[in-house]
Amino acid sequence: MRLTCPICGDRDHREFFYQGAAVMLDRPAPEAGEAAWDDYLNLRENPAGDTRELWFHGGGCGAWLEVTRNTVTHAVSDVALARDAKGAKA
Amino acid sequence: MRFSALRILKEGLTGNKGWTPHWRDASPKPEYDVVIIGGGGHGLSTAYYLAKEHGITNVAVLEKGYLGGGNIGRNTTIVRANYGLHGNSEFYSLSLKLWEGLEQDLNYNVMMSQRGVINLCHSDGQRDAFARRGNAMRNQGDDAILLDREGVRRELPYLDFEQTRFPIYGGLYHKRGGSARHDAVAWGYARGADQRGVDLIQNCEVIGIDIENGKVTGVQTSRGPIRAKKVAMVTAGRSSQVAAMAGMRLPIESHILQAFVTEGLKPMIDHVVTFGMGHFYISQSDKGGLVFGGDLDFYASYAARGNLPMAEHVMEAGMTLMPAIAKAKVLRSWGGIMDMSPDGSPIIDKTHIDGLYVNCGWCYGGFKAVPASGFTFSHLIAQDRPHEAAARHRLDRFRTGRGLMDEEGTGAQHNLH
Repeated sequence: MRLTCPICGDRDHREFFYQGAAVMLDRPAPEAGEAAWDDYLNLRENPAGDTRELWFHGGGCGAWLEVTRNTVTHAVSDVALARDAKGAKA
Repeated sequence: MRFSALRILKEGLTGNKGWTPHWRDASPKPEYDVVIIGGGGHGLSTAYYLAKEHGITNVAVLEKGYLGGGNIGRNTTIVRANYGLHGNSEFYSLSLKLWEGLEQDLNYNVMMSQRGVINLCHSDGQRDAFARRGNAMRNQGDDAILLDREGVRRELPYLDFEQTRFPIYGGLYHKRGGSARHDAVAWGYARGADQRGVDLIQNCEVIGIDIENGKVTGVQTSRGPIRAKKVAMVTAGRSSQVAAMAGMRLPIESHILQAFVTEGLKPMIDHVVTFGMGHFYISQSDKGGLVFGGDLDFYASYAARGNLPMAEHVMEAGMTLMPAIAKAKVLRSWGGIMDMSPDGSPIIDKTHIDGLYVNCGWCYGGFKAVPASGFTFSHLIAQDRPHEAAARHRLDRFRTGRGLMDEEGTGAQHNLH
């Protein structure tokens, strides 16, 4: 499996650290309530198919990436900087 | 049909013509008291104990593929009860006791081999942690012996005791641990359940769970609708997809765990051995193959196959510990889909839907749990209250933060176990 870092280019996945579902970009407000925090911290869609997730390019530029990847085939369809992905939503 | 030495002798002398199929190929009836989704080790043992311990025999096990075709056939077959935390301790202790009587109970040869599990330690801190863990195991009523370096050398003379990077300080020896034949466990439970009247229905995929007014009423399957008073989801590896049919999201992320087996070799490794400085564990099968594995690939996956970096890491760890295996040729590798829960411990609980039960989150420890998982889950289904050995395996412990069972002490969050 390889990931194309928007800054560094095409790299072996050994350079990257998986950081979980991209739901972690949508942090609820501190007072959002127990259900919202349970959703954010624990509950997962965990799809068998395309999923959005965070990877950290620790062995490269240190960027946080939002990767769209298929969990059944491991095919990567999109890699974006997490700050852009988060900015687009805000 | 009962298996016995006499029977084998008789069949051997009469051309082996008297053997019969181990279970019926059942077709679904319109209604059952209990429908179990998932015909793997846990689902089949649940069905077996529902019938045997609770007298509930109007039960169907629905399997989308063939019985035992999932993770029960894709593991490294290790059986042990060496946990340190309340909750896991009593649960795996019960499981090991059930394993010890399993062959007599099932009248089936599951090739249970209590060859002993030795966890190696490589620092003072790790040895102290093992001393504590060993005491916890003995307090639970199980066995543990803390070995020093010479003790390890007596048991495992083939390890590399000369290397300086990860010197072997000692080990924790759990003599009652060992391994069992994975497929036979599924088959034995299937046969036992079938003999007690449970319908084992293969090639029957559940495509919907019927819920009316907060109560489960049945399932929709690829072979038509089936009504049920109670429905049990036991589909580790696919838990999230099955739970989604009931509108639920689970605290589960699916990951890939690889394992490897070499060509058959003469007997060399007598125990199950784990390396404490790099995730690596190894045993030798009765056919002679070295069966070994390591850590998760550490990314979400349903692919049932992994990538090379972890394969490389596992081989490196093996070579560091026992260079003698260098020339053994790897025959195959495979991957199992692990239901990873945030704290690394499983879930056996009711859901918020009346009559719907969930058994999931086995992380990479599901095989050894098969007997106790079925035993306690069947108790929960039959009596609507948890068995005391699984009372802490609650679904809501992540939300409330109470009763987390973070055995590794790395934090109860996804991707840390």
